[in-house]
Amino acid sequence: MSKSDELQVLANKIRLHALKMVYTAKSSHLGSSFSMAELMAVLYGKILKVNPAAVDDPDRDRFVLSKGHAAAGYYAVLAECGFIPLDWLESFYLNGCRLAGHATCGVPGIEVSSGALGHGLSMAAGMALAAKRDGQNYRVFALLSDGECNEGSTWEAAMFAAHHGLDNLVAIVDYNKIQAMGHTRDVLDLEPFSDKWKAFGWSALEIDGHDVGAIEDNLQGVPVADGKPSCFIAHTIKGKGVSFMEDDVLWHYRNPQGDEYENALDELGGRK
Amino acid sequence: MRTAFIKTLTQIAETDSNIMLLVGDLGFGVVQEFADRFPKQFVNVGVAEQNMAGVATGLALSGKVVFTYSIANFPILRCLEQLRNDACYHSANVVSVSVGGGFSYGALGMTHHGTEDISIMRSLPEMTVIAPGDPLETQAATQAAAQGIGPVFLRLGRAGEPEVHDRSQSWELGKAIVVRNGKDVTLVSTGAMLQTTVHAADMLAQDGIDARVISMHTVKPLDDDAVLQAARETRALLTVEEHSQIGGLGSAVAEALFEAKDCRIPCARIALPSEFSKHVGDQDYLRSMHGLSIENIVHKAKELVLG
Repeated sequence: MSKSDELQVLANKIRLHALKMVYTAKSSHLGSSFSMAELMAVLYGKILKVNPAAVDDPDRDRFVLSKGHAAAGYYAVLAECGFIPLDWLESFYLNGCRLAGHATCGVPGIEVSSGALGHGLSMAAGMALAAKRDGQNYRVFALLSDGECNEGSTWEAAMFAAHHGLDNLVAIVDYNKIQAMGHTRDVLDLEPFSDKWKAFGWSALEIDGHDVGAIEDNLQGVPVADGKPSCFIAHTIKGKGVSFMEDDVLWHYRNPQGDEYENALDELGGRK
Repeated sequence: MRTAFIKTLTQIAETDSNIMLLVGDLGFGVVQEFADRFPKQFVNVGVAEQNMAGVATGLALSGKVVFTYSIANFPILRCLEQLRNDACYHSANVVSVSVGGGFSYGALGMTHHGTEDISIMRSLPEMTVIAPGDPLETQAATQAAAQGIGPVFLRLGRAGEPEVHDRSQSWELGKAIVVRNGKDVTLVSTGAMLQTTVHAADMLAQDGIDARVISMHTVKPLDDDAVLQAARETRALLTVEEHSQIGGLGSAVAEALFEAKDCRIPCARIALPSEFSKHVGDQDYLRSMHGLSIENIVHKAKELVLG
């Protein structure tokens, strides 16, 4: 199997875990976990210098899931990569478990809790600034939702990172173009999106967020320009992988029920 | 207090390269020496307090002890959720320094009145709340916060407050200072009301009323023992704060008494009603308009003691 195939397999596993977790827990945000599956697979399968046996290694790359509502997909990749036991996923969101519905610190491998939108990029920028000031080489990756680019704090952080030349900071926006109440173009249009990042002093590239080869090639090349933080606008599809969930605002909050779960399992190859 | 704070922090930074100071584009002329001497430990983040709190947390989680500095409500209320979710939930060593507690910036108007800050910060889990009573307490509080004790709200007055304590006075986080002993009534003060409260005790003494004065510099965690001891040893208790009557020092003291058994004692508080000030004026004027005067403290204390 080629490396790309392996990464795609990992992305599919993330989706299958997330589907089962959200179904069992009757929780939500499945579409958000699906849209970022390839991004998370490439980050954890190829890019991030992190080690489940040494989660506090001072030289590790830092990853911040700013879109903390996609926690199911986050826990799934952490389990697949050995940070947490796979069987923890079975109790996601349920009484007495360790895995809350939004990303939670204290879970091995998770740097910061998130869930309130617009916080992640600032914390990531702080970590990147610390590396610069201390002459350390680790990099900081923050995965943002498109919706949280409505938050002013995201743009405060964007200005700050560029001003301080944080080229060890990488923002990836999971641009699935759907937020809680509708399409981004209808709620609060982000376009011209990459131009905004560029105008704020970042290198910004638009990539296909479901093409593991393209994601890998691009993320291997950071910083895109010396002295500038890098932003990747990853074009994705909300609910990607299950035909009746794709690009449908319903699947921001809905959890699969009855036939929906069975059909989704079939489409994701979950019965093989 | 402002001067004592920055002077102390500058001294600490000299030997501790993990100390950082972030300012939200305020502190002109105050922080310049620090910025010049320790450029790697200083950032003016601009007028962006939410980002300042988030960046501070990121730095703190990377091993720094980070002081954020701005005036009145800006470094705390504008970024309240960042303090709660980022700094507090991660027990990060972020010290939010607000210069201008109470009516320090009174004449600038309501936006610059720091009159609900203690209450709001006190309710955040993990957050330590300190309102020093004079420059010497400010120095000690800054040193304590620089040790890296998790998130701290350090509420300062402005510049030019007098030293109330003797320079040999020891200071311990969470331990109230008994400024003077007394048996008739206890006056508990926090923040920059300390000097006024001491003067009130002087006047009470002239009338034969022996007042104990406590500087409750750490409002959270509160020194419950000092409160309960005062409740046992004196006949009445009066709290004095330049802050809303909801959730501040008076509330904290009342909670301590509420939790304790057999501590029934006449109590009152001098604090601000839960309404925005309708007056325009400087700190002294606004204090006098809201009962934060020596005379009113004396009057209230006498009411308690003499009935």
